Amino acid sequence: MKKSVFLGTLAATTMIAGVAAAGTLDDVKARGELICGSNTGLTGFGAPDANGNWVGFDVALCRAVAAAVLGDQNKVKFVPTTGETRFTALASGEVDILVRNSTWTYSRDNDLKLDFVAVNYYDGQGFMVKKDLGVSSAKELDGATVCIQTGTTTELNLADFFKFNNISYTPVTVQDDSEAQRQYLAGACDAYTTDASGLAAARATMADSENHVILPEIISKEPLGPVVRHGDNQWGDIVRWTFFSLLIAEEKGITKANIEEVAASTTDPEVRRMLGLEGNMGAMLGLDAGAFKNAISANGNYGEIFEANIGSATPIGLARGLNALWTQGGLQYAPPFR
Amino acid sequence: MSNSYVRTQMLPPQEAPIGERGAIKWLRDNLFSGPLNSLLTILGLLVVFYLVKLSLPWWLNSVWNANSLGECRDIVAAAGGESGACWAVIKARWHQYIFGFYPQDAYWRPVLAFGLMFVALAPVLYWNDRKGAIMVALTAALTVLSMVLLNTPGTVDLVAIVIMAALFAVAWLMPKKLIFVTLLYPFVAFFLLWGGPVWKGVATLLGFAVIVVVYRLLQSRLGVVVATAAGVVAAAVYWIVLQGYVTGALTAILPIGLPAVSSDQFGGFLLAFIIGVTAIACSLPLGVLLALGRRSDMLLIKTLSVGFIEFVRGVPLITLLFTASLLLQYFLPPQTNFDLILRVIILVTLFSAAYLAEVIRGGLAALPRGQYEAADALGLDYWQAQRLIIMPQALKISIPGIVSTFIGLFKDTTLVSFVGLLDPLRGVTQIVRADINWKGIYWEPYIFVGVIFFLICFGMSRYSMYLERKLKTDHR
Amino acid sequence: MALASEAPKESFRLSMLIYDTRYRSMTIQVVVLILVLLFVGWLADNTIQNLAAKDKDINFGFLWNRAGYDIEQQLIPYTNDSTHGRAAIIGLLNTLVVAFFGCVFATIIGVFVGVLRLSNNWLVSRLMTVYVEAFRNVPLLLWIILVFVVMSETRPQPRDFRVTDEMIASGTEPAAKMWFWDSVAVTNRGTDLPAPVLDRGLGSIDIGSVPVNLSVLLTLAVIVASVLANRALLRRARAIQEETGERPVTWWKSLAILFLPTIALLMALGFHLDYPVFKGFNFQGGISVMHSFTALVIALSLYTGAFIAEIVRAGIMAISRGQSEAAFALGLRPGRTMSLIILPQALRVIIPPLISQYLNLTKNTSLGIAVSYLDLRGTLGGITLNQTGRELECMLLMMLTYLIISLIISSLMNVFNSSVKLKER
Repeated sequence: MKKSVFLGTLAATTMIAGVAAAGTLDDVKARGELICGSNTGLTGFGAPDANGNWVGFDVALCRAVAAAVLGDQNKVKFVPTTGETRFTALASGEVDILVRNSTWTYSRDNDLKLDFVAVNYYDGQGFMVKKDLGVSSAKELDGATVCIQTGTTTELNLADFFKFNNISYTPVTVQDDSEAQRQYLAGACDAYTTDASGLAAARATMADSENHVILPEIISKEPLGPVVRHGDNQWGDIVRWTFFSLLIAEEKGITKANIEEVAASTTDPEVRRMLGLEGNMGAMLGLDAGAFKNAISANGNYGEIFEANIGSATPIGLARGLNALWTQGGLQYAPPFR
Repeated sequence: MSNSYVRTQMLPPQEAPIGERGAIKWLRDNLFSGPLNSLLTILGLLVVFYLVKLSLPWWLNSVWNANSLGECRDIVAAAGGESGACWAVIKARWHQYIFGFYPQDAYWRPVLAFGLMFVALAPVLYWNDRKGAIMVALTAALTVLSMVLLNTPGTVDLVAIVIMAALFAVAWLMPKKLIFVTLLYPFVAFFLLWGGPVWKGVATLLGFAVIVVVYRLLQSRLGVVVATAAGVVAAAVYWIVLQGYVTGALTAILPIGLPAVSSDQFGGFLLAFIIGVTAIACSLPLGVLLALGRRSDMLLIKTLSVGFIEFVRGVPLITLLFTASLLLQYFLPPQTNFDLILRVIILVTLFSAAYLAEVIRGGLAALPRGQYEAADALGLDYWQAQRLIIMPQALKISIPGIVSTFIGLFKDTTLVSFVGLLDPLRGVTQIVRADINWKGIYWEPYIFVGVIFFLICFGMSRYSMYLERKLKTDHR
Repeated sequence: MALASEAPKESFRLSMLIYDTRYRSMTIQVVVLILVLLFVGWLADNTIQNLAAKDKDINFGFLWNRAGYDIEQQLIPYTNDSTHGRAAIIGLLNTLVVAFFGCVFATIIGVFVGVLRLSNNWLVSRLMTVYVEAFRNVPLLLWIILVFVVMSETRPQPRDFRVTDEMIASGTEPAAKMWFWDSVAVTNRGTDLPAPVLDRGLGSIDIGSVPVNLSVLLTLAVIVASVLANRALLRRARAIQEETGERPVTWWKSLAILFLPTIALLMALGFHLDYPVFKGFNFQGGISVMHSFTALVIALSLYTGAFIAEIVRAGIMAISRGQSEAAFALGLRPGRTMSLIILPQALRVIIPPLISQYLNLTKNTSLGIAVSYLDLRGTLGGITLNQTGRELECMLLMMLTYLIISLIISSLMNVFNSSVKLKER
């Protein structure tokens, strides 16, 4: 037993992941696995199921990146991070990419030395209250108790909103989403505030969803997106263009089901470039020619991922709203693939 | 002369008065011996009654078969109950509470490692007689049984049975030799849990062989300390420079091994045990060194030991865990990056080493001076005296303290959820509740996890009390 | 013939550094010193390199920046315009207040349970054993969460306390009622207590941006003065008793001296209680104590109380039976025996482990993270760290603070320990 001290040494010699080379891409390729920082469990966006398979909207983007880089969407490891540990995990190289409902802000982009490469979900902070509270606007919440999650931009927005409207409130800071919902349902707070998507998801899964209303005020902009380390532009571009390829696929009507068929028959030059049938666009990023084809065939295009995980057919039931393609009045717009 | 008025035969004893026998006497002695006691009894009864009344319906309406919390509630409502426990969540997710995301077809590996741990612990648990051998057999039987229940492939079961039978034979015939199992166990457990080629462990073991060889060669000429240092340096050189080649070569020649499992798949009680057992095992030698350092005559060594112990004991474990997850990367060479679990284990080891050092220092202080003097009189040098005279007694005295440190540490493994690891209490529960079917479930996971913790910790504390009695040889 | 020849003058050889016990310890210390210095240098070098690679520096300037977040429990004034440094101080005070109440209640619980466990009442001693074992063998984190959930799930919402005009008209009772003649409300958010208010208060002065209430200071001064006066009275009474054998009646004088001046002062200041009243969403007025605080105090004191109970029990059992037999022989009743003979002696055995329990409790307050209690870890090591991204500075500052708290507590308790230690002459 005493000799078990050596287990540490043993582990140290075998588990040190090795000294990272210059680029994240090379690391990932050498490792044969993408390490993706995820939520510790947020319904619809990223959580493991009963068998330990991670599923969700954010998770699907990670899988698409893994498919683009390594050709296999399952060559990805998910590292759960908390609100407090996520950016450090990314900065220290513990994860290659962070896809965890992180809001793109000025200080995070510049002070924390991170790069937000895209916005995969346009969100905004809202409030949910019980219907019988008789409140129809967030400005009527003077003196109310509000549940917020710590370690987010949410608490700063909330403080700003109440200060701006010159009304008072009692904050109840809560560690995670499920605990916040429990407190809200128990009536330990009058209002629950988080990203509107989270509110809608929470409301949809409540046993008595008809008794809860989401107030009309959206008090902030919350562009949520994948984050990479500052300074590794190639890797940032890979993540960004993998995401854009999913958008373009939706725009062009390429789905998981018909991608082979499209690849065989298409004459659209942009699609041909993207699927690696013409030119060698992948090589510019150090990827295979078929990288983006792999990314799309992993879990389908952006629309499919949205519908499968958080869309109106799921219990979460979010509408596309701002996240519709620009052609349908939303904000999701990909630059041309040429 | 006849004294007919003197009774010659004893009367049969009369039965005690009704208030002085049976249940009534017991009640009067134990529950109602005075006004204060009666009051306390009534208060106690009220508390018990209130608790039972509050929770009994909930327990009675337990639901075991359902696919979601909603179904559970429907079943309870259909039965006419107001509230009921929904144990179905445990039934659906128990494997995550025990193993985390460990691959399901490999559950036998942690189970086997767990069973072997008891065999390896046998010398420490003082199972070195026939009774101990029976305990080994029992452990073996339970391990194999659990493996079979977990649908382990037959060949693996067979191998396990053979290994366990061999261990039992060793325990029965030459219990002293079990110490070799103890020495090998860390490597075996590491191999079983993490998998990968078997040669990694073997090649690492060679490093210890290097230490032993160097030590043997130099000890007679240079003394214990220098020889040990030289051995460690030689081994370090071997591990850093040569081991990779040795492993590579051996793997190339004979590639045998288990499928690798990466540490992010560990969770639940498996994780709690890995952190707890590794940390306590690693911290024991460290704690001994720190305790000796604190009692040392050398000012510098003493200052360093005291500084380390007081620093670690002065900050909460949770800050050390955050250090592991946030700060350790600053202190290591740029770009090194290793497993969060390993970083947590390192910090937890340092944490418990400081506490163990204080426990062992207590044991050392409790030894009568005569023991030290006797060792000196025999002409033993410092390390011989420590190894042969002082430590065996000091450690024996410290057993209760060591066990309670371990219990504390084991309970504290729940805190790793705050740095994103899947501990059974919060980590796994959070994931279970992120599932749409089990959203809103609250009491059942906590009760389940709490009961398991209680059984383990209570068992350990009772065993340490038993050991304490068994090993008691009074000095005074 | 010389009996003892002069010891041969040994010339110094290098090997003596290892073999000669006179030099060996020196050698070892020098080697260790070099190794430690190398190690520290290595760490420092790594840190500098890492910081440079991330384009960061070590800079505590962020402590003077605007915090921007709100804290629900604040002992000194704080708004979201205050600085991160002030938020850290709020957190520190929150930590200390939990630690203080936790230690007090844990001691009370521990002493009672420790004594009751030795009671010859079968039921009570069993119940106490169940309590002690249950709390000692289950993680503290679980107890904190459970207590918090029990409080927020079983108590009514503030809205249930509402009494509307229609309800008065129809004579229906509200769903929940306040306790103690409408003065205390325990909702599922917190506990609302009446607050002492002064109509004609003396105002307050700011000492280093911490407002100090003059009325409170004055009241404290009056209380201290009355206690001192009472002591003088009792001393005089004792002197008279020793001189004449008769003790003058003092109880009413004592009472008057102890309470009248304070009551007079409070009346002069216009003292009254401000009762919490339900208005809008929550109770307004009075003092509101968050459940995260209450739950943390309850769980910490129950958990640590179980450990203290064991310490107390061991301390009592360490006192030889002869002591209690002697006390009984003197005619002392069991209760008096316990409080006059056993406990004071047991105290000497109890105090050293008690110190470490207090330290543990103080450190365990950091588990307030589980109920989102904003203590030092929640502010400095939580939100501030998160918003500013300065892990190194925040963590170092936080560890240093905890270390200082621990050292202060242990040195205070050591002073107390040496004052009650058996004086051996």
